[in-house]
Amino acid sequence: MPLTATTILVCAGGACISAGEESVKQTLEAEIDRYALRDVVRVVETGCMGACSLGPLMVVYPEGVFYQKLTPQAARKIVEEHILKGRIVSEYLYKMPTGEAVPEAVEKLPFFSRQVKIATRNVGYIDPSNIEEYIARDGYFALAKVLKEMTPEEVIDEIKKSGLRGRGGAGFPTGLKWELTRKSKGEKKYIVCNADEGDPGAFMDRSVLEGDPHTILEAMTIGGYAIGANQGYIYVRAEYPLAIERLNIAIAQAKEYGFLGKNILNSGFDFDVEIRIGAGAFVCGEETALIASIEGRRGQPRVKPPYPAQSGVWGLPTVINNVETFACIPPIIIKGAQWFKSIGTEKSPGTKVFALAGKITNTGLVEVPMGITLRELLYEIGGGSSTGKKIKAVQTGGPSGGCIPSEYFDTPVDYESLQKLGAIMGSGGMIVMDEDDCMVDVARFFLEFTVDESCGKCTPCREGTRQMLQILNKITAGEGTEEDLQQLETLANVIKDTSLCGLGQTAPNPVLSTLKYYRHEYEAHVKEKRCPSLKCKSLIRYVIDPTKCVGCTACARVCPVKAISGEVRKPHSIDNEICIRCGSCIEVCRFGAISKVSP
Amino acid sequence: MVDREKVSALVKEAKSERLEERDVLINTLHKVQDYFGNYIPIEAAEVVAEELGVPKSKVYEVLTFYTMFSTKPRGKYVIRVCVNLPCHVTGGREIVQTLQETLGVKFGETTKDGLFTLETTSCLGLCGVAPVIMINDQYYGDLTPKKLIELINSLRNGGDTK
Repeated sequence: MPLTATTILVCAGGACISAGEESVKQTLEAEIDRYALRDVVRVVETGCMGACSLGPLMVVYPEGVFYQKLTPQAARKIVEEHILKGRIVSEYLYKMPTGEAVPEAVEKLPFFSRQVKIATRNVGYIDPSNIEEYIARDGYFALAKVLKEMTPEEVIDEIKKSGLRGRGGAGFPTGLKWELTRKSKGEKKYIVCNADEGDPGAFMDRSVLEGDPHTILEAMTIGGYAIGANQGYIYVRAEYPLAIERLNIAIAQAKEYGFLGKNILNSGFDFDVEIRIGAGAFVCGEETALIASIEGRRGQPRVKPPYPAQSGVWGLPTVINNVETFACIPPIIIKGAQWFKSIGTEKSPGTKVFALAGKITNTGLVEVPMGITLRELLYEIGGGSSTGKKIKAVQTGGPSGGCIPSEYFDTPVDYESLQKLGAIMGSGGMIVMDEDDCMVDVARFFLEFTVDESCGKCTPCREGTRQMLQILNKITAGEGTEEDLQQLETLANVIKDTSLCGLGQTAPNPVLSTLKYYRHEYEAHVKEKRCPSLKCKSLIRYVIDPTKCVGCTACARVCPVKAISGEVRKPHSIDNEICIRCGSCIEVCRFGAISKVSP
Repeated sequence: MVDREKVSALVKEAKSERLEERDVLINTLHKVQDYFGNYIPIEAAEVVAEELGVPKSKVYEVLTFYTMFSTKPRGKYVIRVCVNLPCHVTGGREIVQTLQETLGVKFGETTKDGLFTLETTSCLGLCGVAPVIMINDQYYGDLTPKKLIELINSLRNGGDTK
């Protein structure tokens, strides 16, 4: 076999695919063939590299040069210049905020250098469809170690000592969950991977499933051995077809190599994994609803206890862990609990993968030690605001979480600190908002989501969230009263205390946290009928500054409802009775003459 | 007219893929929906109930609980728009508006030519390139109203999802 001189890793994560990765890769391969380089250059499609806003991406090894925002022309040029002549093509390199290109290896770029990758250690580095690449990076070594050298109790003990906590949101100690399930009596036990990632703004599970599916299979097998289960289920949401495809490939390969099935690695231990596909129901991420869905029923939660550790799938003891939690298991087994504990904070050891989304320069996935401050995360790694306006708040934990205002950005990120602020860690989604975002609108938005996704079983969640949404709609329409604000708060607390499952219990959090930190915005809507962020359409008007307007007619032509009138070369005006506040006119005006005002 | 034998064959196929047979319903419905394009005729759902030996009401309750299943025929292209916060703050509101105006339908409706059905979806996990929509199995990110209109027009003119 000829020696490969150059390896090109092409990111085939969902974001890069949607940005045109396929045509980049095709051009790359065609060019490599054209110059007869097939024997010395290898092109590998990997999982998500994390820097989603910069895609399509590739990294050229051995140098580790990182290229971004690629097009087929870029691919052609990189083969001609970099691969053939050894000259780095600077126009596609990573750029500093100053615009300066960074020719350094990928690990040294600001976006990557602060990261510590444990759960995503292979994502973006290996071909997820090739089990041998996983094995080459110590894949299935942890499984071999567990089956050959450790008793189930020792495995549980190691995980307990590591202090690993559930990465799905609640942060329950994983080792304890395993121990409880091991001790429960049942003719059969199950291990379930919760891959029903539904929190808006969180996509780390997706990236692990798509980029490193074998790690989930290995960890589930280890878990199965530890708790005494021979059967596992991966519950994946149907919105992730690529993850399902890659998992299916991985399962077939693991069976072929003897890492799944009967008598794994000659240990006498049998374990099998099946995929269950959801069908579009957010509540199925709640563990008892997920169990119902696995059993082929409506995904409605039930009262706990009994917890799944006592009564899970088919009423039998079941462990349910999140994707990212599982992805931490093999490294803990190989490197030991002490190593894991040495990273992160005392009560929240290890790392956490965060998904940066919204108005931030470097959107994408980052894995960092717990305890990093929000400021470091959002500014040093995330590159700060993408709009040039000040970051106002970050929303963590999706519809169950809360908004953290910028005054608190020096808070370390761990389970307890975030909870103290009225937010939660959740699955790690961080949605960044700037001064243009109205916090009442954000709260309303989440409530709309909860109303939609409430399964309808318990009254506080089904009816209560609907009432809250109505009040919020009133407020954003400028019809709210001060009693409404009180009502909203009372309702929020009742729903929190009386809902059946986690969805309802946490649904009021976005409202409560915005009321806590941004009460003045609510009051502006209610008392002054004004939206300070100029977002709520009923409370704003569009106006044309006659001193700036030159009468070019561009706005009048683009207005879809003909609300703008005026003669050529004379200042125009907007009829706010007709105007639908779509913003098209502001976009086309080259003179900055149109602005929004409230009231 | 629904081909009952074909539906029975699909149910048998779904059953054969299982280690355990009890939980086959959702998977079977996925198969049946894929076969009919993108919906499940009531008659086909009845065959599923018969073949699995479960009450029709159980099939119906599952069918209507999950948003991805439909008992109404949907268009050739099902457009699912992410209506979550990361997409909302990056221009999703304009995307929703453009789609409804360009297609002339609201959420849950199908265009008269039978080409497009407009639906919402929960987060697609592509927030890095928000706003995002999904057309059948394909994702489209970093959308602007202009890009979206081009995309719709190309599909109208017989173009393919990429």
